[in-house]
Amino acid sequence: MSSLETAANPEGLRRVAIDPLTRVEGHGKVTLLLDEHDRVQQARLHIVEFRGFEQFICGRPYWEVPVMVQRLCGICPVSHHLAASKALDHVVGADRVPPSADKLRRLMHYGQVMQSHALHFFHLASPDLLFGFDAEPAQRHIVAVAAAHPDIAKKGIALRKYGQEVIRATAGKRIHGTGSVPGGMNRHLADADHALLLDDATRMVEWAEDAVALVKRLHAADPRRHESFGEVPAKMLSLVRPGDGALELYDGVIRVRDEAGQVLLDDQDPGAYLDLIEEEVKPWSYMKFPYLRMLGPATGWYRVGPLARVQNASFIDTPRAERERREFVDAGHGRPVHAALATHWARMIEMLHAMEVIATLLHDDDLRSGALTASGPRRGEGIGVIEAPRGTLIHHYRVGDDDLVTMCNLIVSTTHNNQAMNEAVRAVARERFDGRALTEGLLNEIEVAIRAYDPCLSCATHALGSMPLQLDLVGADGARRETLVRHGDGRFEREA
Amino acid sequence: MAVKPLLVIAWGNRSRGDDALGPLFVDALNRALGPEELARVDLLEEHQLHPELALDLVGRERVLLADADPEAHAPYALHRVEAGRDASLASHALSPEALLAVYRELHGRQPPPVTLLGLHARSFGLGRPLSAEADAALPAAVLWALAWIDGDAPGDWPGRVALSG
Repeated sequence: MSSLETAANPEGLRRVAIDPLTRVEGHGKVTLLLDEHDRVQQARLHIVEFRGFEQFICGRPYWEVPVMVQRLCGICPVSHHLAASKALDHVVGADRVPPSADKLRRLMHYGQVMQSHALHFFHLASPDLLFGFDAEPAQRHIVAVAAAHPDIAKKGIALRKYGQEVIRATAGKRIHGTGSVPGGMNRHLADADHALLLDDATRMVEWAEDAVALVKRLHAADPRRHESFGEVPAKMLSLVRPGDGALELYDGVIRVRDEAGQVLLDDQDPGAYLDLIEEEVKPWSYMKFPYLRMLGPATGWYRVGPLARVQNASFIDTPRAERERREFVDAGHGRPVHAALATHWARMIEMLHAMEVIATLLHDDDLRSGALTASGPRRGEGIGVIEAPRGTLIHHYRVGDDDLVTMCNLIVSTTHNNQAMNEAVRAVARERFDGRALTEGLLNEIEVAIRAYDPCLSCATHALGSMPLQLDLVGADGARRETLVRHGDGRFEREA
Repeated sequence: MAVKPLLVIAWGNRSRGDDALGPLFVDALNRALGPEELARVDLLEEHQLHPELALDLVGRERVLLADADPEAHAPYALHRVEAGRDASLASHALSPEALLAVYRELHGRQPPPVTLLGLHARSFGLGRPLSAEADAALPAAVLWALAWIDGDAPGDWPGRVALSG
């Protein structure tokens, strides 16, 4: 058990709760137990809602699943759409989908990565980075960014819109589309959409490059904070391209590096994920804690997502993103980068890569012609693994002879990151809270660390929630001393 | 590609009872409009309003927003929308006012005239069909929107009144 996960003597400690978290997707809560000197003795990120989406899937016809699972999330529905499709490809006997379908799915997926990364960085995180962690809460949104930095906001919004248009053109709708089906795709890219996307592609590559430059400027302006805030050494798990280890977000093999950057596991078949990963249940959270079986729960936990992927890959196969990856790696001075805010830097490198991939794919004629589906001997089970914007996403189904789903297991990226996020909360609590008076700005620092992981708490537990925030200070005698409240409508007040 | 002068954005969740009014409104307009009218108007269905829609507003002469509204009198209510900052800016789902605030900050000018059509709604149960009241509101709202597309809808700009249909 890690330091600060469980206090040795919780009786008599005062309790601070951040409930729910803001500008994250879903409903989570952070509790801190402080001793009489206001030193943190325990810090936990709890996931407090449960929806059980996997049970909804059971009993449904398998061909409905790629559409249904998009309801898991309003931000990354395409990732679920494609992971389910990849799993069910095996059920319909399509171990390989036709080239046109593969490229159309990749186009859709990289559009999804782009729009999600742009949303996360520009809309959710950039106010903290541009205005400061303790800026006025009413200023922490995209309109304030637009007022103070119109060029940044304009590019951020345009980048996300471009990703949304890629999704619309391939999936049929901006969200909850139907383009991908078990065995392939059900549509080509229309000529008009092809022309529309191609027209803006070069400019979007340049703007994505500008976004990386922005992150680097923010890092250079305050290197100490960016290199140490929420720093948690962790193992890194992601897909990489088979053979050469290139960054691969749609389909690949599993690689794991340790905290020092040494490869622990490589070329692992994602279909054998159950041999690699086990999940631990803890009584204080609805979200499970995955770990590597070979190491056990105490040391086998790992990080997924942009920070893991960019450092797990041997290289990136698009030139501009590769140039940026090298600079990112160099910033670690020979050691892996584990600081929470570096996730945003890695995220923008991935957004640039995604846009480069999109621009290249748009010159491929297979997007507008060629076979779209394949099939083969019917099977009763399928596993699909994809790198969603927040990290590795696993969909696993069993299907009966009557075509109805009999088992569904989903491990989403936020679940993979559960321990890493908890450790980041503890790192910030240890450094920033000890002995200091509690303020809204300090609470936001905890949230900044969680937000860096881009958590999708509704995916992880499949629940939805509004996002007010309440913090209670309870003295060692158990009496409530003070409450800080951030209401759902954005108002902030302190109750004595 | 030239931008069409009119834009209709309707939003909601097809799986949540009367919240489906927005998407069904778009379906009904798509069926009702001929090629000549569709050459002048874009119809967008969304789950919620988000900042990127501020780019869809660029170059429009007029914009119509449509959403299920439990506070609207039957069959619908009309409001002129003005740009304004509110708490929705910190969330994934913007209010109509916040969407226009995004437009104003991004482009440094006032947005085009925007009318909000609130469709009378009563219940939002998961997996439920439209309520009888919502079902009755939809055709009346579509008729009003067809007039709006033709430029002669009662209660639309430049008036600032909130009307019931």
